[in-house]
Amino acid sequence: MTSLNKSGLLASHGEVLREGVRDGMPIALGYFVVAFTLGIAARNAGLSPLQGFLASFFNNASAGEYAAFTVIAADRPYLEMVLITIVANARYLLMSCVLSQRFAPDASIWHRIFVGFDVTDEIFGISAARPAPLDPYYNYGAMLVALPGWSVGTAVGIAAGNALPAAAVSALSVALYGMFLAIIIPPARVNRVIGAFVALAFLASFAASTLPVLSDLSGGTRTIILTVVLAGIAAVKFPRDD
Amino acid sequence: MTHSIWVYLLVMSAVTLAIRILPLTLIRRQIKSRFIRSFLFYVPYITLAVMTFPDIIHATQTPTSGFLALVVGALMAWFGASLFKVSAFCCVVVFVTERFLIG
Repeated sequence: MTSLNKSGLLASHGEVLREGVRDGMPIALGYFVVAFTLGIAARNAGLSPLQGFLASFFNNASAGEYAAFTVIAADRPYLEMVLITIVANARYLLMSCVLSQRFAPDASIWHRIFVGFDVTDEIFGISAARPAPLDPYYNYGAMLVALPGWSVGTAVGIAAGNALPAAAVSALSVALYGMFLAIIIPPARVNRVIGAFVALAFLASFAASTLPVLSDLSGGTRTIILTVVLAGIAAVKFPRDD
Repeated sequence: MTHSIWVYLLVMSAVTLAIRILPLTLIRRQIKSRFIRSFLFYVPYITLAVMTFPDIIHATQTPTSGFLALVVGALMAWFGASLFKVSAFCCVVVFVTERFLIG
């Protein structure tokens, strides 16, 4: 019965699954490198390779995990972990909303849960670019390679980050920021409001790190405050119609 | 360290998974509030920008190398380089710069 189901599954979904694996491959390679450097941040926060693997398997979020590791490193309250995870991952809420519109109305709850499990910038990007209705097996294909790339990369970063010379650690530690730039700059070029607020965020963040009261707060708290204030202003002044 | 890493992991994973899965399973219509939609639209760019600067210049051995990585990475992203390329070149910039600065 099980094998029958399996062969039936592969017969009807094998091709789209393979397409997902194909498109997920470059994502997985990029993830591995970036996750390796994320592992360095995780190691500094005191995580073991297993803990890093689990964190990355269940979160698969560069900014979210990085922010979370700074909370762990600073030994901040659990409530701060909740808040910063919400703020750093808020975009996935929107992407999840977008994908919920792409599913066929009769799609099972399990497909919705498993697709939701790995809504990342990149997997959202490739799956939203396909015509509706969303075929969950395409996402599964991409997840099949992207998830191990990300979580194994983090574990290897924690285990091997130690053995690397300072010059290499210094160089690799900007990979994550490079990824952030690759996510925010192209939309900032196309959309003037995003561009202006990205520049404003740079300035405000720099100012907040030097100003008397704000610089006493943890980096995570500053991130939450600045994000909510600036995105709130942007939403009021430049509401979106689409 | 007064908090448990395992509890931290549990908290962050539960929140992340809720954020990703709840809308997909609960919402079958478009969000109506224009403010919330707009707010959520801007959040990712702003929060990533806040986390990138000035942190990038503190992450490296010298502020100069981090700042150069920021400039080069931003320019490459501006001209459409892939996530992987931008990320890799930022590392190269830091490595090469520090060879000259530190030796």
